[in-house]
Amino acid sequence: MFPILEMSVLEVAHSALTPVWFILIAVLWVGFFFLEGFDFGVAMLLPFLAKDETDKRVMVNTIGPTWDANEVWLITAGGAMFAAFPGWYATLFSGLYLPLLLVLFGLIIRGVSFEYRSKHPSSQWRNTFDWMATIGSLLPSLVLGVGFANFVRGVELGPHQTINGPAPLVTTSFWGLFTPFALVGGLLFVILFCAHGAGFVSLKTTGRMHYRAGRFATRLGWLAAALMAVWAVMFNTMYAPADATAHLLTWILGILAVLLVVGATLFSRSEKDGRAFLLNGLAIAVMMIAMFIKMWGNIGFRPVGVDFDMWIASSSPYTLKIMTISAGVMVPIVLAYQAWSYWVFRKRISRESIPQGAH
Amino acid sequence: MDAQLIARWQFGITTVYHFFFVPITISLSMLVAVLQTIWLKTKNDRYLRLTKFYGNLFLINFALGVVTGIVQEFQFGMNWSEYSRFVGDIFGAPLALEALIAFFMESTFVGLWIFGWGRLPKKVHLATIYLTAIATLLSAVFILAANSWMQNPVGATYNPQTHRAELTDFGAVLTNPVLKATLMHQLSACFVVGGALIAAVAFFHLSRVAHGRHTTAITDAGEVEETRTWRWATKFGAWVLIVAGVFTVISADYQGKVMTDVQPMKMASAEGAFDSTADFSLLTIGKLDGSQEIFAIKVPGLLGYLGTGKWGEPIKGINELKDVDLNEYSYHRRDGSQTSLQSSYQQVLQRHVAASGIRLQPNIPVTYWTFRIMITLGMLAILAGLVMLVWIAKGRNPAHMKWLSLVLVLVPIAPLLANSFGWIFTEMGRQPWIVAGVLPSTEGVSAGVSAGSVLTSLIIYTLVYGVLAVVEVGLLWKQIHKGLPDVEPIDTDHHQDEDAPLSFAY
Repeated sequence: MFPILEMSVLEVAHSALTPVWFILIAVLWVGFFFLEGFDFGVAMLLPFLAKDETDKRVMVNTIGPTWDANEVWLITAGGAMFAAFPGWYATLFSGLYLPLLLVLFGLIIRGVSFEYRSKHPSSQWRNTFDWMATIGSLLPSLVLGVGFANFVRGVELGPHQTINGPAPLVTTSFWGLFTPFALVGGLLFVILFCAHGAGFVSLKTTGRMHYRAGRFATRLGWLAAALMAVWAVMFNTMYAPADATAHLLTWILGILAVLLVVGATLFSRSEKDGRAFLLNGLAIAVMMIAMFIKMWGNIGFRPVGVDFDMWIASSSPYTLKIMTISAGVMVPIVLAYQAWSYWVFRKRISRESIPQGAH
Repeated sequence: MDAQLIARWQFGITTVYHFFFVPITISLSMLVAVLQTIWLKTKNDRYLRLTKFYGNLFLINFALGVVTGIVQEFQFGMNWSEYSRFVGDIFGAPLALEALIAFFMESTFVGLWIFGWGRLPKKVHLATIYLTAIATLLSAVFILAANSWMQNPVGATYNPQTHRAELTDFGAVLTNPVLKATLMHQLSACFVVGGALIAAVAFFHLSRVAHGRHTTAITDAGEVEETRTWRWATKFGAWVLIVAGVFTVISADYQGKVMTDVQPMKMASAEGAFDSTADFSLLTIGKLDGSQEIFAIKVPGLLGYLGTGKWGEPIKGINELKDVDLNEYSYHRRDGSQTSLQSSYQQVLQRHVAASGIRLQPNIPVTYWTFRIMITLGMLAILAGLVMLVWIAKGRNPAHMKWLSLVLVLVPIAPLLANSFGWIFTEMGRQPWIVAGVLPSTEGVSAGVSAGSVLTSLIIYTLVYGVLAVVEVGLLWKQIHKGLPDVEPIDTDHHQDEDAPLSFAY
């Protein structure tokens, strides 16, 4: 399926761990979008789903104890790219400078708002931080959606000289990133995360919040399914992988993602919150896997006049070995305590369970 | 303006800003854990109130530390892509491990601590704040390993096939002498800040409650308890401050010797020592371009002891260290040795140094003065700790005076700024290198990023950080003035029903 076997025979210098790390990077991004996807969604829906201050507090508290750890999946994905693929990290982060700045801006204003909103009773103070949480969640969702669509398409690279020899440089301009497919990708991320978030609120609350969130999840779910279908068709007709087996896989995964969103929406409609949440999460995972299949080898770039691929971007076999051992030990531990924290906070939250007059 | 200059300013501004929150996070998480432990041991609500009071200050500070830290990790790729490409094989590993090992742990367990009151069994809940505190310490180990490698690039070699530095011995990176020295010095310095914050805030409240009355002269039961609580907290904070201060001084001595060994130019520029000398400068006025000395007051022989452990042993001066043939240039440590990366990269570097005319010294006024400001502010903090202890000895209490409140604000700020100046010295003293003796800073900057882009991001960060600073200081101020919170008995054995109010909610 993948040219991994021929590669290892032809070029012995290549580490067998390079593909392992490509897959691990994909896993970190999948984990990030599965988890942060819904808490981006919850924050984006704050001004629309909540009818009063207590509703808002119910919503914020569904993600209160866990959003920070969800975000660490992104930090770890970034750090792992730096350690395992310095060339990828360097080329991507400098090449997509302004989009990344928007992501960081969003994450900064969002990250302080949950903690700070509760520190002052004035409604103006709280509204300000709620809007910061909403905008700060919308920006990264949108920009990362546009970004990943561009990785599917391939961000163009050209050569440039450094003291250490030739290196690749992104040549696609900022406005050049906004192709129709990229806009569909950006919109899909936003709507899909909102549906996932509404489903999560429905799962984690009781009473009127629970019913409202369920209705939101259903309506947003149909929209997300339609967008996912458009995305899957555009992906597989305009930017399909060259390899026939890979192309077959991206078709299957694209269709599967659509079916999963449809299934999640049907479950939302019949108030089966747990199953709806799981299927939405799986839809996000399947969609991400399809994109990473397209990014296999080229890591999301189209080099012109310069050699660049995941093998060139990769760290040395020794570094990858250390990183592999560390990840092998740590990832299960992290998953275990993160799962435990979700278990500790498993209880549904109601309007009545919000303490009055606190702070 | 060129992109490189703005990128340097941006790194300086965002890093110094981020580091306002780091020492408080590292020290206060552990000190709050200690307070909570004392509460569990004594079952005295006094310590629960202190835990919640200082815990709140910790959390307000923690939130900004987290969000400004994200910028730090992404900035290497955004502004310093050629540095990242060249060193990522080594430098990336500690950053990834920091995220994987420390950040996950810190963020998960701090969430469990914030929301776990009354929901987790008491001992498990206590464990969550300890795990948070340990995670911040682990974070310090990894990020200091990365920075120490830039000061003394051990365990790596240059690979001419891939045109980059590659890791050969991860153990050497983790046992770098610079790391050992910096870790001890930095962690002590963090606890100086945390101790100073606890003591100064407690002293302020003590002055408001006691109004200068002797402890025995206070009769109102509520006031007696408040007075006792703040007296205890003042002593606790002041002792942490003083003990940590002593460790900071001891570790500084070791760090100075390591620095003299691996970065002789940094030691010389810390001293403004233009010619070889063994004298420690109390005051040196030099030409602003950093070329020679005009006037100086010195302690004979002391620098030799600080740098090498031998009184009167001369260390090389700036002018001797940079007086080399650029065509033959190579970086050497004090004993003439090189790390394997420094020697294997030498040939590439020689071609470049001669061509680009790099100035082989840091900015001397900056290194000289930041070094001295760091020491002065640190010493003043220790002095403040002693003064507070003496002031409240034998049951005496401070009176509430306006000037006192103003001075107390400065007590934690002084060691915090000492931390900032220490880092400005460390990083500016490494110049012109981004990796000592290997990669010049000018070569690390991103090639394809325009000055306009870097300037845009600098303006955005500055504005956002500025607003957040106002919000944060305002919140801290408000929380500090609120004083000790009322506490209700915490009951975890009782199984709560669905609609029982959460013990904590945003």
